[in-house]
Amino acid sequence: MINFKFDSNRPIYIQLVEQLELYIISGKVPPGERLPSVRDLALAAKVNPNTMQRALTELEDLKLIYTERTNGKFVTTDRKRLQKHREKFATSKIQTFLAEMQSLGIDQPTILKILSKGGKKL
Amino acid sequence: MSKSRTKTIVKCKNLSKSFSGHTILNNINLTIPEGKIIGLLGRNGAGKSTLIKIINGLVTPSSGEILIDNQSVGIHSKNIISYLPERTYLDKTMTIRQSIKFFSEFYADFDPTKAEQLVQELNLDPDSRITKMSKGMQEKLQLILVMSRNAKLYILDEPLGGIDPATRDYILDTILSNFCAGSSVLISTHLIADIERILDEVIFIDQGKIVLEDSADNLRDQHHTSIDEIFRQTFKANIK
Repeated sequence: MINFKFDSNRPIYIQLVEQLELYIISGKVPPGERLPSVRDLALAAKVNPNTMQRALTELEDLKLIYTERTNGKFVTTDRKRLQKHREKFATSKIQTFLAEMQSLGIDQPTILKILSKGGKKL
Repeated sequence: MSKSRTKTIVKCKNLSKSFSGHTILNNINLTIPEGKIIGLLGRNGAGKSTLIKIINGLVTPSSGEILIDNQSVGIHSKNIISYLPERTYLDKTMTIRQSIKFFSEFYADFDPTKAEQLVQELNLDPDSRITKMSKGMQEKLQLILVMSRNAKLYILDEPLGGIDPATRDYILDTILSNFCAGSSVLISTHLIADIERILDEVIFIDQGKIVLEDSADNLRDQHHTSIDEIFRQTFKANIK
């Protein structure tokens, strides 16, 4: 079952969306796989079923999951969409990283140099 | 939210209560919607238990009105509310099996099979007497009995007081997995950090007044901090 971790300073449903999205785009829950029921997911995360429902509705709006009537919710099989979300996720991580480096006063050439050495010290 | 309009299970209008000149509740206006888990949060002596007792018909208000499921407090409200008081009222000379039987005879909506199953999951012997059980186990049993009713409103007064963290997890799990879909749970506590994750809505009560009423995620969104922290800050300012 999925392992959830929360930061109590931020809305729970947003964190649920983020963590479920990561599970889906990283392939830990493979395309086409059926998700556990809202109640079971809520229990696993120890959150209110209403909050879990809200997060799943959001994932459905993002078209990362879909509902098959009476059968439950499934991870999308649209691989292009999954790839798009992976890239979006990577971009936002890189932006955070760049902002942090900028605040440290490290310029792009230095960053690129470090990256070209696979992250080892200069 | 989007779907059907949420219905109200409890409505308080200008509700006040005083005991011998002391105002305990001061003009409370409150609606509790169906299908939500609501935290009634306040410091010791804020009026939480008095409000809960009024909803349960154990205390009569000095003025104002209270409606449960659109009716005044009475037989109907007692039928649809499952109440966990602060102190246990179980007859401790009973065995677990007897207490389950007692509840089935008392409440039409009690599900004995569910209670037996929950007792079994705790590895408790149904024939052991309540008096022989530890305090934590007694609290678990009491909660099992309360949550085994198919009620419309569960009211839990300080369900987390004086228990260890593992028991706390058990209690939260039991609440989450056993309340009926569509029914509401009102939980009073001052141990906010432990339960804030399961709350839809929070109500802050202080000195007999409602000081804040909002959805938990809205509050986190606006204040960028936890409900626990918002609570501490709200009441730090009020102490002066």
